[in-house]
Amino acid sequence: MAARDVVIPLQAPPTRPRTRHWRRWALLVPALLVVTLFLVAAIFADLISVYDPEHIVLADRLIPPVFDGGSWDHVLGTDQMGRDILTRVMHGARISLTVVVIAVPAAAAVGTLVGLLAGWRLGWVDKVLMRLVDVQLAFPALLFAILVAAVWGPSLRNVILIITIWTWSGYARLVRADVLSLREREFVLAARAIGAHDGRVLLRHVLPNLLNIVVILMTMEVATVILFEAGLSFLNVGVDMGTPSWGAMISEGRNFMPIAGWLIWIPGLAIVLIALTAMMMGDWVRDALDPRLRNLR
Amino acid sequence: MTPTSLARILASRLLQGLLVVFVVITLVFVISRVTRDPIAYLADIQSTQAEIDALRDRYGLNDSLVVQYGRFLWDTVQLDMGRSLINGRDAMGEVSGRAAKTLQLGGAALLYCLVLGLVTGVIAALYRGRPADWLARLLAVIGQAVPDFWMGLMLIFLFSVGLGWLPTGGSGSLQHMILPVLTMGTFTAAAIMRLTRSGMIDAMGADFVRTARAKGLSERAIVGRHALRHALLPVVTILGIQTGRLIAGALVVETVFAWPGLGRLTIHSIGLGDYPVTQAAVLLIAVSIVLANIIVDLSYRLVDPRIRGGAA
Repeated sequence: MAARDVVIPLQAPPTRPRTRHWRRWALLVPALLVVTLFLVAAIFADLISVYDPEHIVLADRLIPPVFDGGSWDHVLGTDQMGRDILTRVMHGARISLTVVVIAVPAAAAVGTLVGLLAGWRLGWVDKVLMRLVDVQLAFPALLFAILVAAVWGPSLRNVILIITIWTWSGYARLVRADVLSLREREFVLAARAIGAHDGRVLLRHVLPNLLNIVVILMTMEVATVILFEAGLSFLNVGVDMGTPSWGAMISEGRNFMPIAGWLIWIPGLAIVLIALTAMMMGDWVRDALDPRLRNLR
Repeated sequence: MTPTSLARILASRLLQGLLVVFVVITLVFVISRVTRDPIAYLADIQSTQAEIDALRDRYGLNDSLVVQYGRFLWDTVQLDMGRSLINGRDAMGEVSGRAAKTLQLGGAALLYCLVLGLVTGVIAALYRGRPADWLARLLAVIGQAVPDFWMGLMLIFLFSVGLGWLPTGGSGSLQHMILPVLTMGTFTAAAIMRLTRSGMIDAMGADFVRTARAKGLSERAIVGRHALRHALLPVVTILGIQTGRLIAGALVVETVFAWPGLGRLTIHSIGLGDYPVTQAAVLLIAVSIVLANIIVDLSYRLVDPRIRGGAA
């Protein structure tokens, strides 16, 4: 990034458009609304809906949504098995949330630990760990997921495991790069000079300085993880059959697309809406904490 | 950059790449052999114990895992990945035949995302804060939030089922390629657009652009020859990562559009338990991603005069 070290504008720097702040805050309200809706749906799905997301009622199959000629009994219609789509979308939110809540912190913890170790110890530890990161880049996560599903069968637990295993490397790279510069800083050298042992230096002096970057990456990864889970479930290597994951709903509804488009676009819209919101919030967190990282995605 | 230092870097990158490929195929061996007995795929339900033993013997499954692994590595080095359990054809041949189809799709998608990403990125940067910029950024955000499989299905819904303009799937003509390429390249196009835009904005405020202006160069020369070249660097960097993404995307896109390529074959072979084909496919995918990364790395060094031979 040496190129943008010194920039002395001859003319006045281009002024920021005045609408920018206004627009930013205008988007905050719908974003918070979407997140709240998502959380409420995910947490209270059973309390809100009278239907069971996996209960099959063949007599009620393929009822269109209420705005497409259906009735208020099934607001967003039913699928090819007569299951209520609104209920399934809400339970789908629960699955997305579960995956995010477990996989994102787990990957962050593993990646941070590896990055710390590699950047602090250097030498062969660093070499081995960084090659491990390279291996992940050379091996599409999706392929790994399909292999795992073929051997152990699809399940939510495997999805979380796969996503964790395949997202920690991003944290490891960033953390290692930061540790490399932090270890030469005065306060770290001073701490070592007065005889603090490695654990104390890392925990009290290095780790707090890494928090920003890890938090930024975590918020930015939320959207990636949601999209990834949906993709796995779409390819039938994610959650088990029948589980109302958004990706699985789209996969199951595929064959009915010409006659029942709502089977596809309703869960798809849910994915896009929450992914869009998560991405926007990730950008805000990054801009607030460390705008240098804007090229991360 | 001197030729010798270039050769040294190339050699070290190739060695590292070899190591990566080695780990990947070992992983595949472990997943496909150790965690599950391949005999389950080979024998059918009515097989007698004697038949199963004969099969085990024929495929060398009675040897110790170390011996099996050694033989697997030796065969792999010779590019002999065995024969498909389904149709008995050479697995490597089967896979490379399909890879050409995927390359077709991937090449077109790469071209599409580069052109779209660069053009919209430059326009957005030059018209920063104006409606064109606003629109381009909005589209980029949406392009990154829409899952590829869903986008593919919606495109089919719109252009094939609804309007009847394009085929729903399969391959054979240029028309067959349009929707898969759009689906495959849009995410990357959005990523390239964002990078180009921020790179261009940086460049337009930098000293060398001021100098170019002072020399009296035309705006076209400033943008095209000076600013864009600067903005291209981060784009080249992410292309390596994006190659992996495009290949992963091929798995999804080929499934959605019934495109007879490597991705569909891979998923198919895993589903059928045809592990020789799976191994061949994974090997080919890993090698191509490693090679793409090496090419990107080297071209990055060639494009950016600040990075000379020594720096790793």
